[in-house]
Amino acid sequence: MSQIDVELNGETRQIPSSLTLKGLLEHLELDPRKVAVERNLEIAPRDGYDSIRIEAGDRLEIVHFVGGG
Amino acid sequence: MTAQTQQDSPLVIAGRTFKSRLIIGTGKYETYEQNARALEASGAEMITVAVRRVNLSDPSQPRLVDFIDPRQYTFLPNTAGCFTGEDAVRTLRLAREAGGWDLVKLEVLSDPKHLYPDMAETLRACEMLVKEGFEVMVYCSDDPVYAKRLEEAGACAIMPLGAPIGSGLGIQNPVNIRLIIEEAKVPVIVDAGVGTASDAAVGMELGCDGILMNTAIAEAKDPIRMASAMKHAVIAGREAYLAGRMPKKRYADPSSPLAGLI
Repeated sequence: MSQIDVELNGETRQIPSSLTLKGLLEHLELDPRKVAVERNLEIAPRDGYDSIRIEAGDRLEIVHFVGGG
Repeated sequence: MTAQTQQDSPLVIAGRTFKSRLIIGTGKYETYEQNARALEASGAEMITVAVRRVNLSDPSQPRLVDFIDPRQYTFLPNTAGCFTGEDAVRTLRLAREAGGWDLVKLEVLSDPKHLYPDMAETLRACEMLVKEGFEVMVYCSDDPVYAKRLEEAGACAIMPLGAPIGSGLGIQNPVNIRLIIEEAKVPVIVDAGVGTASDAAVGMELGCDGILMNTAIAEAKDPIRMASAMKHAVIAGREAYLAGRMPKKRYADPSSPLAGLI
């Protein structure tokens, strides 16, 4: 399977090409219900994870809630 | 409680009703498990949370939401670590997508030494967030002028600091806090500076609508017990405020009657 480079949480990573965002989260073993994703500075809407295709060079931020004051 | 005692009205923030006037943070605990137990002991219904990158190298790390259920408690995402309005908006857009809620805590800090809010930037960020449809509870300095400006900008709660974040010094400027309360038409919540139960009670006796704290509980020797102490302190302070304290006097005034002495 061919690979592409993306920037994930500030680090360059190789991932399989032609993944959807849902596929990427599965690949990363993340529960889509517990994270939020920003793609190229735009919020990736939760109901669009199936249709958003990850492309080479995408800048992705995957965040979740942690303890804070 | 006597029949004449008036029932207190609940705390209402942006249309949401809370029985508890205590809001607690979720930082600095040893574990999320300890955090969850302290939360239960505190009786709080709202918690602040931060938004951070997922650790991609270890996706199995414990997650806050596995210990504290967002369906049971109101999560209040904060903007800790943001230094501009743009950073705050970006962070809270992600929080809104992660949780699906609009109620947020804005904090735009300045110098790490004192963590004082940058009020000019806080006001600008508040305006940006209100325009985007957020309900914004704003951490701010204890400046009554800026507090009013924030309210005019659409803040749904004003949250002046009692003392620097994490300092536990107690309320340093009760005069300003009282001035803010007198002027505000939205809830005023003292956020930061509480060190122990009496500090929380002092804040409530001033007439605050609630208290937000994190370190005072998380860094107590026994956080769960301190959470319980804070619960009672907030209730006691609120009751004392509603009851109306006796006037202070310069001299003693005997409690037993002077007439009928043998």
